[in-house]
Amino acid sequence: MSDTQKSYLFHTAVVVLLAGLFFVISEYSAGRLARIMVLAVYAMGYNLLFGYTGLLSLGHAMFFAAGIYGFGMSVSLLGLPAGAGVVVGTAAAGVLAAVVGLLALRTRGVAFMIITLMFAQVGYLVILYLGDYTRGDEGFVIQPVQRVIAGVDFSAEAVRYWAALLLFALCLLGTALLITSPVGRALIAVRENEERAGMLGYDTHGLKYFAVILSALLSGLAGAAYGLLFGYVGATFATVQYSILALLWVLLGGAGTTIGPLIGVFFMSYLIDLSSALTDAYLFIAGLALVLLTLFAPQGIAGEIRRRGARWLP
Amino acid sequence: MILLETQGLTKTFGGIKANTDIDFALRVGQTMALIGPNGAGKSTFVGMLCGRIAASRGRVFFAGQNISALPAHKRIALGMAYTFQITSIFANLSVRANMVLAAQRVLPSAGGAMEARIDDVLAQIGLEERKEQTAADLSYGHQRMLEIAMGLVQAPRLLILDEPTQGLAESEINRFVAVVRALQERTTLLLIEHNMDVVMRVAQRITVLNFGQILAEGTPQEIQNNALVQAAYLGVAPDA
Repeated sequence: MSDTQKSYLFHTAVVVLLAGLFFVISEYSAGRLARIMVLAVYAMGYNLLFGYTGLLSLGHAMFFAAGIYGFGMSVSLLGLPAGAGVVVGTAAAGVLAAVVGLLALRTRGVAFMIITLMFAQVGYLVILYLGDYTRGDEGFVIQPVQRVIAGVDFSAEAVRYWAALLLFALCLLGTALLITSPVGRALIAVRENEERAGMLGYDTHGLKYFAVILSALLSGLAGAAYGLLFGYVGATFATVQYSILALLWVLLGGAGTTIGPLIGVFFMSYLIDLSSALTDAYLFIAGLALVLLTLFAPQGIAGEIRRRGARWLP
Repeated sequence: MILLETQGLTKTFGGIKANTDIDFALRVGQTMALIGPNGAGKSTFVGMLCGRIAASRGRVFFAGQNISALPAHKRIALGMAYTFQITSIFANLSVRANMVLAAQRVLPSAGGAMEARIDDVLAQIGLEERKEQTAADLSYGHQRMLEIAMGLVQAPRLLILDEPTQGLAESEINRFVAVVRALQERTTLLLIEHNMDVVMRVAQRITVLNFGQILAEGTPQEIQNNALVQAAYLGVAPDA
């Protein structure tokens, strides 16, 4: 079996497994898994930029927030239909990335981290400043009647699961296809050795700009989907915590692997859950797990699996 | 026909002149060696040719087109290839992945044409057995050969080799010379080289740089007999 075939088989198996899980797990777990899948899409967007292109952003929450607010405000304030709201949310993140990327990509390394962090803080403060419209910290709820596309009610439990799975599957397969394409390989070349990539004739700046925008579009799509499926929009999603979470998920799951984001979100979600059942200091346990993982599997869970034999893992 | 030409190419770093008013021409199909003592400005000069280093003034023409304002990647896309003096490969990727990155811009991956070409070049350079190996795990000599292979696989109109044999074993140098000889029929080569034996074996013409200026230009024979060149290399006064 060729590496490409293995990769197809693997990604299909993941999707089939997630589909099968719906029939065996409780309603509560299904809701939770739906949330994990949507956040995994956000993490995939982050992974595209950080894991594959090698650009560490500390401000990705602004793209997720652009998606969720783009959806929420266009639906609740402008009265747009939910489908159009998802498009507006995704596009908002893309436009924001086009502007932020233009400025942030003038820097590299630590400066890039700081610039993206600052832009995200500006985004967060703007949301608070415009509290009359955004409802600031307390956020607002989108009524189920506003969460209907083509007669399908996305607030329903089962619909929510399948919608999240469909979104996740499309993004997973899309990322896998991109990463094994010539463009995807060029992104990896930028990560590995930018100067060399340029001297092989690749427009490295153009590739990085492309990665920023595509990454933001995925993050924004995840944000809009979150608003659609879970019906809550709030400034929490724009805080620095949500930027750091994306980084942690990707590091945990395996930066630069297609499946890493899902593993990272899943692992972290259950880690916090299990440890908070044991103690109030649950963040201590979560932190300890992170430190141990960084020490013993610095490439993350999927990265470690790839290192130990599954080299075909894209 | 002239493939590459510079007019008044100059680079100053602060008050230091690395290159001063270099007028240089390279004909299609020629193999030119660029030699000169350490610090003569050879790497700066080729850096300005391929766009890695911005010129302070002067112009560069490639196949008749003024490329002075083009960024490096656009110059490469016109058909230049450059191999680094200090090995610069994708260390964490396999030899094959390195080659694919070099080749995919010029060759379509569909239909196996790219794979065949990669195999061909790797066989030529003696790395065919190491295709799946991670580049970082290769020996230094093999990494240098991979660097050269990445230049070859692009089938460039002009291949610039910056001290390609530095640190290579004698057997590897012989293989390199054989590869260059086979290549000479098809492409134009600009070679920065310290190893005079290699220069004499492959170069058709030689340009000598000294203190950032062209000291002499001619056939290997002419350069060997040039009193100015002997003085620059050996430190004798020209009229002594």
